[in-house]
Amino acid sequence: MREISYSDALREALQEEMSRDSEVLLIGEDIGTYGGAFGVTRGLLDRFGPDRVVETPISEGGFVGMAVGASLLGARPVVEIMFMDFMTLVVDPLVNQAAKLHYVYGEQAACPLVVRTPSGGGRSYGPTHSQVFEAWFAHTPGLKVVAPSTPADAKGLMKAAIRDNNPVLFVEHKMLYPTRGPVPGRGSRPIPIGKARIARRGTDVTIIAWSWLALEAEAAADALAVDGIDAEVIDMRTLSPLDMETVIESVQRTGRLVIADEAPRSGGVSADIGVRVFEQVFDYLDGPIRRVTTPDVPVPASPVLEQAALPNRERIAAAAAELCGAY
Amino acid sequence: MATPDTNLSTDQQLELYRSMLLIREFEQAVLASHEKRLVQGPAHTYIGMEASAVGICSALLDDDYLTSTHRGHGHCIARGLDVKRMLAEIFGRATGYCKGKGGSMHIADVSRGMLGADGIVGGGIPIATGAALGCRVRQSSQVVACFFGEGATNQGSFHEAINLAAIRKLPVVFVCENNHWALSAGFEVTTAVANVADRAAAYSIPGHIVDGNDVLAVHTTAVEAVQRARAGDGPSLIENKTYRWEPHSVFNTKDPRPPDEVAEWKARDPIARFRKVLEEQDALSADQDAAIQKAVAALIEEAVEFATNSPEPEPAEAMADIYA
Ligand SMILES: Cc1ncc(C[n+]2csc(CCOP(=O)(O)OP(=O)(O)O)c2C)c(N)n1
Repeated sequence: MREISYSDALREALQEEMSRDSEVLLIGEDIGTYGGAFGVTRGLLDRFGPDRVVETPISEGGFVGMAVGASLLGARPVVEIMFMDFMTLVVDPLVNQAAKLHYVYGEQAACPLVVRTPSGGGRSYGPTHSQVFEAWFAHTPGLKVVAPSTPADAKGLMKAAIRDNNPVLFVEHKMLYPTRGPVPGRGSRPIPIGKARIARRGTDVTIIAWSWLALEAEAAADALAVDGIDAEVIDMRTLSPLDMETVIESVQRTGRLVIADEAPRSGGVSADIGVRVFEQVFDYLDGPIRRVTTPDVPVPASPVLEQAALPNRERIAAAAAELCGAY
Repeated sequence: MATPDTNLSTDQQLELYRSMLLIREFEQAVLASHEKRLVQGPAHTYIGMEASAVGICSALLDDDYLTSTHRGHGHCIARGLDVKRMLAEIFGRATGYCKGKGGSMHIADVSRGMLGADGIVGGGIPIATGAALGCRVRQSSQVVACFFGEGATNQGSFHEAINLAAIRKLPVVFVCENNHWALSAGFEVTTAVANVADRAAAYSIPGHIVDGNDVLAVHTTAVEAVQRARAGDGPSLIENKTYRWEPHSVFNTKDPRPPDEVAEWKARDPIARFRKVLEEQDALSADQDAAIQKAVAALIEEAVEFATNSPEPEPAEAMADIYA
């Protein structure tokens, strides 16, 4: 299969869905001629025109609220928030509006809306351009949260997110945009939301990750293999709803669990997955659950400090090795 | 040519000139350091806009305050921050203003009233309003200058904060630096009014449209707005019409702006213009100019050396200072 980048895969999904359904539209800052801060929407204005590629002023709260309203009438807006950090400004329209309307109004209302946003550190963008806020939204009933790591999953999950009748937060780690991989072409099928992917089979320890850290977890598994540790890597892909079935089945086989999460340690998705495993298959665990996360600190700008704070392949491998008794 | 209407002495005017030059040379050093990979993160340069920061800050007293933006280096320098520690911060070094934690978009020096740059567009506007409330609470006569771009004026925070400041007549001067482009978005297509200053009417405060490349015009307007704020008569909105010469940031180098437009604005160089004004007043001889340029170049050279030779932060610093 041909290999393309994560950004190109996203653009293909947007383009194919916009061609397939005239209700799909894009909304966001600098998404027209400029193509978005990370180039994902490049060329789409020329193709679909300004009624469907809606460039906005800098007013995130306003235009996400606008997307909610459009979705109530059946439009399928895909909104770009330039950095995940700016999701702070759109919490109200997403949490108090989009996530509630179907529950409260029943059949009368649905919000088939996607908010795409680049998360994460690694490029010295500093404390207000590097954050991971997935947990806030996974904590909100009525929202779905996806965070694919491969170009193929990005394309398939974007299609699913657009076709979904619910608000979906689509997290694109900024380190992933240039990464490449095989991606099916035109007319490829959506990948269902809520299904994890076993990225690598193994027997000694299960490593759970998603988004950028799924790639780091696979690299960690390669390193562990050299030391004779056979790690299984699960890429969660969706953070809400969580695919616990795949996790539980894996943990039952390996008896050991490492969870890697770029978000701060407290109150995060890593804690949620860990406690669910504990609730469901405590007796299968051969040791404590280990988490590799950013400590409870903001992401500093200096590359040295940033690397000190962020999880990476070495820290994931070290946690897994320790759990397997190989120090 | 008539002497401009300003109460600045010749020495003070020469200081404005020096400050503008220092900003420009500093930003050139930032660009060069980015090329050398000494600056790893984003940096938004202020080249072309120097008259705005210098004209406003020269109207403030030492114990006044200011808030800044992602494009904040010029505000810091105009306020007299140390270019060595600024550059070290942009390099991510331990000797920087924020020990490397903030980077280019987050320089602060509260000891000089500089309350901080801001990575969130529109984020500083309510903060400045709150600082003005703080001045009111401590019953001081201090004033807050609040810088932001025209792009920020479409955020709710702009409208909410100005209304809050207006109803309480808080001592704040809102300074919009209208450089006509917010990343790739042209002012006309994103903004429903022809001038940001027109929005002042919605909050019953004075709005001033100023040639933002004329440092004396900016200064004169700032003096009036600062006096008003200090007297307890409330906020003003100043719109400095200006332009940035460089692309949006060192990361966003694709430049959607028409080259003719960029060239036209470069011809209105605020520094060259002010030099001419000074020369026409016989306030700046060729020798004086050379001496100022040399002194500025030396400061920048020293800053580059300082930042380059400064130590990286200790990794443990990442875990420090989470709570006060
Ligand atoms: C809330 C928020 N939205 C978007 C951005 C990304 N961004 C950074 S600067 C910028 C343009 C800002 O334009 P303006 O306020 O006019 O300032 P200028 O860059 O022109 O100085 C954008 C969109 C941001 N930092 N914060």
